[in-house]
Amino acid sequence: MAASPEAPELSRKDFVTNQDVRWCPGCGDYSVLANVQRVMPELGVPRENFVFVSGIGCSSRFPYYMNTYGFHTIHGRAPAFATGIKITRPELSVWIVTGDGDGLSIGGNHLMHAIRRNLDVQILLFNNRVYGLTKGQYSPTSALGMRTKTSPTGSIDHPIDPITFALGSGATFVARTIDVDASHMQEMLKRAHQHKGTAFIEILQNCPVFNDGTWEELQDRKSRTETALVLEHGKPLVFGAPGARKGICVDHGVPKVIDVSDDQAPEAQGVVVHDENAPPSYSFALASLARPEFPLPVGVLRETEKPCYEAMVEDEVQHAIESRGPGDLRDLLNSGDTWEVEG
Amino acid sequence: MGAVNDGPADDSHPRKSVTEVDHVAIRFAGDSGDGMQITGSKFTDTTALFGNDVATFPDFPAEIRAPAGTLAGVSGYQVHFAAEDIFTPADEVDLLIAFNPAALRANVEDVRGHGMVIINSDAFNKKSLQRAGYTDDPLPGLRERFNVVEVPVTTLNREALQGLALSSREVDRCKNFFALGLLLWLYHRDLEPTARWLASKFKADVLEANIRTLKAGHAFGETTELLPTSFLVPAAKIEPGPYRNITGNAALAWGIVASAVQLDKPVFLGAYPITPASDVLHEVARHRNFNVKTFQAEDEMAAASSAIGAAFAGHLGVTVSSGPGFILKQEAIGLAVMVELPLVIVDVQRAGPATGSPTKTEQGDLLAALYGRHSQAHLPVLAPATPGDCFHVMLEAFRIAVKYMTPVIVLSDSYLANSAEPWRIPDVESLPRATVSHPSSDAAESFRPYERDAELLARPWAIPGTAGLEHRIGGLTKAPVSGNVVYDPDNHEQMVALRYQKIEGIVRDIPPIEVNGPDRGELLVLGWGSTHGAITAAVKGARERGLDVSHAHLRHLNPLPADLGDLLSRFRRVLLPELNLGQLSMILRARYLIDIESFTKVAGQPFKVVEIQTKIEQMLEESS
Ligand SMILES: Cc1ncc(C[n+]2csc(CCOP(=O)(O)OP(=O)(O)O)c2C)c(N)n1
Ligand code: SF4
Ligand SMILES: [Mg+2]
Repeated sequence: MAASPEAPELSRKDFVTNQDVRWCPGCGDYSVLANVQRVMPELGVPRENFVFVSGIGCSSRFPYYMNTYGFHTIHGRAPAFATGIKITRPELSVWIVTGDGDGLSIGGNHLMHAIRRNLDVQILLFNNRVYGLTKGQYSPTSALGMRTKTSPTGSIDHPIDPITFALGSGATFVARTIDVDASHMQEMLKRAHQHKGTAFIEILQNCPVFNDGTWEELQDRKSRTETALVLEHGKPLVFGAPGARKGICVDHGVPKVIDVSDDQAPEAQGVVVHDENAPPSYSFALASLARPEFPLPVGVLRETEKPCYEAMVEDEVQHAIESRGPGDLRDLLNSGDTWEVEG
Repeated sequence: MGAVNDGPADDSHPRKSVTEVDHVAIRFAGDSGDGMQITGSKFTDTTALFGNDVATFPDFPAEIRAPAGTLAGVSGYQVHFAAEDIFTPADEVDLLIAFNPAALRANVEDVRGHGMVIINSDAFNKKSLQRAGYTDDPLPGLRERFNVVEVPVTTLNREALQGLALSSREVDRCKNFFALGLLLWLYHRDLEPTARWLASKFKADVLEANIRTLKAGHAFGETTELLPTSFLVPAAKIEPGPYRNITGNAALAWGIVASAVQLDKPVFLGAYPITPASDVLHEVARHRNFNVKTFQAEDEMAAASSAIGAAFAGHLGVTVSSGPGFILKQEAIGLAVMVELPLVIVDVQRAGPATGSPTKTEQGDLLAALYGRHSQAHLPVLAPATPGDCFHVMLEAFRIAVKYMTPVIVLSDSYLANSAEPWRIPDVESLPRATVSHPSSDAAESFRPYERDAELLARPWAIPGTAGLEHRIGGLTKAPVSGNVVYDPDNHEQMVALRYQKIEGIVRDIPPIEVNGPDRGELLVLGWGSTHGAITAAVKGARERGLDVSHAHLRHLNPLPADLGDLLSRFRRVLLPELNLGQLSMILRARYLIDIESFTKVAGQPFKVVEIQTKIEQMLEESS
């Protein structure tokens, strides 16, 4: 979407509201907000065309802090509200903000359907692996054994991986980023916006109050070289510090970590080269790489193309108008069998 | 009623006598695969075209195809047609045509004494009688109570279709049109409208077969000894003008489409399939050229939510379902109340709770519509009285929604949804229009999302894409003008009161209640929604017999008309028939402190006229 030529230059400040931000000190949501506000002016979209739609949760307070159009809706249903907005006004840039509970527990169904329809929207799922707003119960992404008020002896729910969920729903753009990694997140936000179709980003977010340190090994710059597999299209899947580099190869169809020598190109040593557009089996295999056995992939796991839902809905209307002419109410009311009762 | 001898002019057959009657009710009954709904509705169309007043009652099983020949699989279609105004499909039928023993067993008790029962005698054998639960042959007993006419419909249909390249299954599937041909003869109706319809639906041999058997049925009537008399119901004297048949669901759908035209705004319909509301989505989806977008959502939460999203984006949002789906929407409707966006929610009520009797009717969702959300979530509720009224109520619901920035609930029901009536086609020029305005960028300096219209208390409908009006809405309690989130207790109370007053203020748009009969007296029968027909007929009958009784019908269930309390107090007694356990009675008693006498039925069926009439007589006897 191109900015109209006379549109004024926007800056980060234009996207800040006068409302007090009410997240806890140190909450990962602050950095996401700052990064989104920083990226918005660079997208070439007039400010009035942005709509932020959220469900319920700490993360879902997000729209109140964005000086755009915004709608804080009900728990889990943000994708459905956004669907109505995008279908009726395809020219708007619609951003859905949801949490791991909002998007994957109560709203899992809507998330799946929004993704499979491939609406041209962005979905930001803030994954702090806990219910923040309701004060600390385990969520669908919490690790097995996590002790919370509702799981005093440890959670017995097998967690779901948001990325695999999105891929399974047929997502055309799937990425993962980390709350503290500003430049990476900004790049992901821009890529998500460029993508035509549903762009799903899982944001690893810390909740210092109820689940502090849940992503610590990925947030910490030092350990991140070992724990994160930073994806770049066309580049080999390598991680680790120079001198002690490792890579991902495939052995009998199963991913494996191997040591990579700095003397030779990793590809030549059997390391897989990342391809965002590869068939889904590759993306699923990539998504299956999990801690602690593997580094966790961050970046764009998959990008592909599919027709967008709102464009197809628009086509249905245009087709109906072209084939039958614009609707005429008198004709409709008088269609089929009618008769005249004489006075 | 009298016999006039002006039978068909064709001299090749002995002339048969023609009996003129004022009104006739007939019921087609067969297996759900026998095509009873089509047969009934084609008969209805033809007889309405002829100029009779018509009321219908389709009654079909919940199962799509229950085992053939069983009671569970019986599908029926009742048509009442008359030379005068009628209001219901009639309590009893003059003629039943039963395609098998199960259809006979399920329906014969609704035939009036000495009425006619036509059976497809080919379908009556030991096995089929057993399957219908008959241990003995019922026909000898029935012959004493009714005029039983045995027609071998299956055989005659097969004979008529000899030589066509159709499988025997395909041939047998045409037999309902043989029966239709026979009944069209029996009631002096033209074959032409049905033939025209067949030509629009079928091709080649199937078309040929249906037309042939339709004509064969007609010819059989003309020649058979079994039917010495045919019947003529003269055209009704109804208000002049153009007419068509319409069902409640079609009228709702057209009302949605018409709203796009009359309010000059695109419509968005979000819905999830559910009986008996799905037909509304089906019908609207056929008229996308009216700038209407339809969305089959993943469930009703999404259906309602997407419609609210569309409203936020500046479209006319609407969502349609029945009880179970309606209830799923309540949280989203509560949000629409809170954010004050226009939205129309249609509930085509059905018998519940839970799955209940999904194809049967009930008015059980009134309290859920009024109070089914958590907290104080006041909103307007409207109910159409007749199938055709569904059209006008839909237009009114949208007008209220956009004028007052509020969700509006429309309560139809299964009976209205599927019943057809002749409907005077409204003149498009005479339909009310409304203009909807959105604040523009020019207002950017002074724009406040919750600043209300001084009189109506509606907030502005500012839509995304308007520069300078960027704002946030949501479920949290807002400050009255700025719309900022605030947690102050007094503010919360003030907002609850403001929203309440706004809805109460809609009363200014509600016309005075029309009373059928004197506007004071001994007994008022008060109704709402689809009981209109039965109450009208019962009160008319009672008044003709000199009883002091009046009828008033409520279309606006919230807010209630301003003159309702006064009207109720002018009658010594008030009777309120409802297809629930007295939901409106409870509200009116609490509100007006009047001892309303509730009269209820929750059987999945509409009131019979006689039930209300008997109640009226009882009450008036007690008083005298
Ligand atoms: C229908 C409904 N059920 C329950 C709640 C309570 N509730 C609010 S937020 C929430 C969980 C939010 O968790 P998540 O989506 O992970 O967001 P976070 O607060 O962690 O950002 C729950 C259970 C609600 N608001 N609405
Ligand atoms: S509870 Fe956790 S997620 Fe919620 S605001 Fe506080 S730190 Fe952030
Ligand atoms: Mg969470």
